[in-house]
Amino acid sequence: MKKIEAIIKPFRLDEVKEALNKLGVTGMTISEVKGFGRQRGHKEIYRGAEYQVDFVPKIRIDVVVPGDMADQVVATIAEKANTNKVGDGKIFVLAIENAIRIRTGESGKDAI
Amino acid sequence: MKAMKLIGAGLLLLGGGVAVAWADDPTPMSNKEAIELVQTHANYVWTLVAAVLVFFMQAGFALVETGFTRAKNAINIMMKNLMDFSVGSIAFWAVGFGLMFGTTTTGWFGTDGFFLSDYSPDGDPWVLAFWMFQVVFAATAATIVSGAMAERTKFVGYLMYSVVISAVIYPIFGSWAWGSLFHGDGWLGKLGFIDFAGSTVVHSVGGWAALAGAIVLGPRLGKYGKDGTIKPILGHSMTLAALGVFILWLGWFGFNPGSTTVADKSIALIFVTTNLSAAAGAITAMFASWAKFGKPEIGMTLNGALAGLVGITAGCANVSPNSAIVIGAVAGVLVVFSVIFIERLKIDDPVGAVSVHGINGAWGTLAAGLFNAGGTSLSLVGVQLLGIVVCFVWTFPLAFGLFKLVDKTIGLRVSPDEEMEGLDMVEHGGVAYPDFGIASHGGMVGFPGEPAAVKGLVGGAVPLKQE
Repeated sequence: MKKIEAIIKPFRLDEVKEALNKLGVTGMTISEVKGFGRQRGHKEIYRGAEYQVDFVPKIRIDVVVPGDMADQVVATIAEKANTNKVGDGKIFVLAIENAIRIRTGESGKDAI
Repeated sequence: MKAMKLIGAGLLLLGGGVAVAWADDPTPMSNKEAIELVQTHANYVWTLVAAVLVFFMQAGFALVETGFTRAKNAINIMMKNLMDFSVGSIAFWAVGFGLMFGTTTTGWFGTDGFFLSDYSPDGDPWVLAFWMFQVVFAATAATIVSGAMAERTKFVGYLMYSVVISAVIYPIFGSWAWGSLFHGDGWLGKLGFIDFAGSTVVHSVGGWAALAGAIVLGPRLGKYGKDGTIKPILGHSMTLAALGVFILWLGWFGFNPGSTTVADKSIALIFVTTNLSAAAGAITAMFASWAKFGKPEIGMTLNGALAGLVGITAGCANVSPNSAIVIGAVAGVLVVFSVIFIERLKIDDPVGAVSVHGINGAWGTLAAGLFNAGGTSLSLVGVQLLGIVVCFVWTFPLAFGLFKLVDKTIGLRVSPDEEMEGLDMVEHGGVAYPDFGIASHGGMVGFPGEPAAVKGLVGGAVPLKQE
């Protein structure tokens, strides 16, 4: 099993989600995060004083899939989240030791 | 013919019936008295409706203040505003009203009317209507200060100040200008000082007290960098702030026209001057911020509308609509530059209360003299300037001394740790938005440990000493 963590631009979420559903991904978790890579941020003003905002709002998607699906998932996310602009995000792939379904106690591949 | 006879008989009956009915009326009132009574009733209704509108400005102040400050202090802002009105009501009932409107021998303060002693069940109830109208004005002056002192003031210390401004500081100056509206006879009013609804009496008093408070407190942690750069502390809701300004604008339609305390045609002009000044202030403030910072900025524009409202408050009844636009336009530009100037003096005023109410209160009072529809004169402008200066000389030292006294006794400012945690948890044991996962990084730019690329930041978001 692999866990895919993707940091993407918030407005790409719906498209990524639809595409993953079509692939057969059975569930996912998202969270609202802030971050920056090489994008840095931008200047804003508040009541006459300028300030630099480095952290940019992003969406983080966590999905756990069977190992043989991982490459497809990564490619799908990369395609749908891409806007060809700075700040599109990153995808990380991790190995998962185990997964358990809380309701039934199933573990391993049966849990995802 | 028969029809005529019938009609004639009918009229006779009617006339007879009326005569009989009239004969039973124990106190036939003359037309004149009846008309005067209707006018009196209308005065009551208008004054009290206006009082309700001004009361609702408390909601406006609360929303503006909370919108411009951080979520972790929202409960504290609400509590202070709640208490400004509640404590202020009682203080004004007990002491303030008497000092402001009681009979005076010196022309410097009232000597009766405490605890609403003028009221008796079979007496003239006008004292109640008048008191009601005046108490909401007193509460307005008091609540101006909480904005400038937001996010770092001890709740108990603030309560102590709130009693004193409503009981002493506001009413005594108020008696000098407005005492003659009831049983008093203030010396400043006798000189011909024009301040119809209180640019100076209410707004400057609040504004200068706010200045004193902000100075004694010192700036919020993280507001100024080691090298003196100004670091914005973002308010948590521009929508609440904007709603607050709209509510204040609405309430001002009671504040200004209501000050006639009479229901007649003169209120129409006052509505118009009030609105035009507010609109002009918002527009010029927006353009000023646009020119200076490259974008029309919401905080400055909102302050501009308020500045226009404060600026017209003195002259709303004696200037023309055209003049009102000029007054508001100047106020809008003035407030923008004043906010920047005061911040550069290292006086941290989270909502711009000093600029909106203090500075523009003075401008409005001066403008009432300059733009007087009956013509201006050196002596008229001179009296206006006198009132402006006297208000500052009375209010600022008193408020400053009071805040210093509180600071020396129970302490005026919370500790740095308490300030970083947020007053809601520390002073009130609560969270304003428990359902929302608010990342309480103090609302400051950046998170603790943010890379040093952001210039001028004082060691992350948790500095331990004030600069």
